[in-house]
Amino acid sequence: MIDLLNALVAFTNFVLVPGAAYGAQLALGALGVTMIYGILRFSNFAHGDTMAFGTMFVILVTWGFQGAGISFGPLPTALLALPFGIAICGLFLLATDKVVYKFYRGQRVKPVVFVMVSLGVMFIMNGLVRFVIGPQDIRFADGERFIITARNFREMTGLNEGLAIKTTQGITLVTAVIVVALLFWFLNKTRTGKSMRAYSDNEDLALLSGINPERVVMVTWLIVAALATVAGTLYGLDKSFKAFTYFQLLLPIFASAIVGGLGNPLGAIAGGFLIAFSEVTVTYAFKKVATYILPEAWAPEGLVQLMSTDYKLAVSFSILIIVLLFKPTGLFKGQSV
Amino acid sequence: MTLRDAGLFALVALLIIGTGFIQSWNTALLILNMGLISAIMALGVNMQWGYAGLFNVGIMGFVALGGLATVLVSMPPTGDAWAAGGLRVIVALLLGAATIVAAILAQTRMAPGRNRTLATLGILVLGFFIYRYVFDPAVVAIEKVNPAGTGYLGGLGLPVILAWPVGGLLAAGAAWIIGKTALGLRSDYLAIATLGIAEIVVIMMKNEDWLSRGVKNVVGLPRPVPYEIDLQNDPGFVDRATGLGFDPVIASSLYVKLGYSVLFALFLIAILILAQLALNSPWGRMMRAIRDNEVAAEAMGKDVTARHLQIFILGSAICGMAGAMMTTLDGQLTPSAYQPLRYTFLIWVMVIVGGSGNNFGSVLGGFLVWFLWVQVEPMGLALMNLITAGMADGSWLKEHLLESAAHMRLLTMGLVLLLVLRFSPRGLIPER
Repeated sequence: MIDLLNALVAFTNFVLVPGAAYGAQLALGALGVTMIYGILRFSNFAHGDTMAFGTMFVILVTWGFQGAGISFGPLPTALLALPFGIAICGLFLLATDKVVYKFYRGQRVKPVVFVMVSLGVMFIMNGLVRFVIGPQDIRFADGERFIITARNFREMTGLNEGLAIKTTQGITLVTAVIVVALLFWFLNKTRTGKSMRAYSDNEDLALLSGINPERVVMVTWLIVAALATVAGTLYGLDKSFKAFTYFQLLLPIFASAIVGGLGNPLGAIAGGFLIAFSEVTVTYAFKKVATYILPEAWAPEGLVQLMSTDYKLAVSFSILIIVLLFKPTGLFKGQSV
Repeated sequence: MTLRDAGLFALVALLIIGTGFIQSWNTALLILNMGLISAIMALGVNMQWGYAGLFNVGIMGFVALGGLATVLVSMPPTGDAWAAGGLRVIVALLLGAATIVAAILAQTRMAPGRNRTLATLGILVLGFFIYRYVFDPAVVAIEKVNPAGTGYLGGLGLPVILAWPVGGLLAAGAAWIIGKTALGLRSDYLAIATLGIAEIVVIMMKNEDWLSRGVKNVVGLPRPVPYEIDLQNDPGFVDRATGLGFDPVIASSLYVKLGYSVLFALFLIAILILAQLALNSPWGRMMRAIRDNEVAAEAMGKDVTARHLQIFILGSAICGMAGAMMTTLDGQLTPSAYQPLRYTFLIWVMVIVGGSGNNFGSVLGGFLVWFLWVQVEPMGLALMNLITAGMADGSWLKEHLLESAAHMRLLTMGLVLLLVLRFSPRGLIPER
């Protein structure tokens, strides 16, 4: 019985908690991709770098606060800096829309041209991030490190296995819930949100009923800036900030959005958690859990790891391919063309 | 080719020759050689985008597969490693392939329903564990054999030029898998799928030490041209070099690079001729018809998805071939050197700047953009020096700006792409 509990705690510690935090980060990222897809009708390849861009400003403001001696008590200072990051990122996205995307919207070009343009934007953003803050790994989490440490948990429960929950993981989940609740409230209850959904469902009908498309697009970019900056900051707090990692996040984020059904916000959240848990489960070495559950004679010799952690990307990619093969519109019905 | 096009080509030639006079002939030949390879890559991408409108952002993956082919074909086999686990790895890979085939068969042959799903999943899970059971010990055994020197299976020990078509074949195989799943769906899905496969190919090459030595790199690949040191020891060569007024050491280096240039140029010309013939054939016209209006082409009885798959594989194969040539030129395989910016995005800039849909345009773009890519860094640094000249020495801003000058490339290339897409979407030599 104790063994079973120990196994459960080990599993929670190494798979459930990190998976949930990572899932929340992916879900927020995928929400941004799905919003752009729903309203502007293209896959935004610059999204990973938008996350990096927003996070960069959060880090810069955080450093400023730290230098000025302002802190947020036990919570990371970055949370205080978040609104500033969102504002700057939003302004930049609005400027990009004015300078770059608006022209192509007027021309009504094929979606693939938009994708290509977004690649150009992606490299400019990536270049700016490397230029300003550099390509190296940056850690900017401060404040209390743990909500529960492994040692406290062991002393509290008397189990062999400890359960550690990092502050950043707790913050990630709480923030994600708040952000998602706000987003759904906005989309379902406010006039602007409703007009956005109408525009996404049927552009011509929405235009006929007097919805201003430029306003819808503007609000979308602002929401995307907020989602991307929050997702990027949470990811950076939880792990670390590095321009190239954020670029690589693009694949799991797209996988989440497509698995859930592009254009469907609920699907993006489900997809995010599905991808995150698959990645963590497949690359976790189950040796510890197995030693507790199985009788001693069967104790495994190897790591009992399905795939090495380097292949995380391969997991999201395989899920993406499988979904594309069997259900191209995603698990929750998304838009097809 | 009009007079204007010829003028553009002459300009690029002038730029490269100018580099020879101003900087050094060594640099000029380096730019020329990579320019030739870049032009071939651009031709491959132009087939996909220019002829057919397929958006491939996984060029890096196909190029990397070409590099892998160079190692697999040309390096001498590691006898001990083969004895330790070579056969076992092959068996494991065959088992893995058999699992996938069995799963596909179950999926296609059985009646839809719960039984089919269960059978497919069962085959996959069981197959995976059998595969790992056979595969893992073999890998450990192979990587234990002299890990500092080899630690991998090695290649077939064949002439390195053979690796070029093999690289094309490997890339074609990967393209087939991607094309089968993502073509026929909406256009952005292909982009996402290719982006993914490129990352995974590179991750695989970094981690599968038994295959490619991973981040330990494979160095000393055989060359299709003589070694400098042999030339310097050859009295005949030294006599001729001094007779022409060259230092033998410099002459040998130039001779080797020129050898590569001739080889690559021959390949480029062959591919260019074939691409031109294909573009102007009924097949090429059909491709452009499909690109411009899929619905109409389909109504005329053209199998759009099959044609897309065909040209996607062809274009990727050319990129793979160019990748193999590049690794041959480098003389070593460094998996960590594959960066999406350099191997995917830069090629895109070449195609767009040169003129998508026009083969000569892609070749021109390949040379021109590569030249800029090499020269932007010193130019960026010079610019930064100019900007910071007025600042006090040792101020953090000055240091930061000078240090970051290397990242100017990303910005410049992104800017070039956006500007060309916006103001001259047809490129320098437009399609006609």
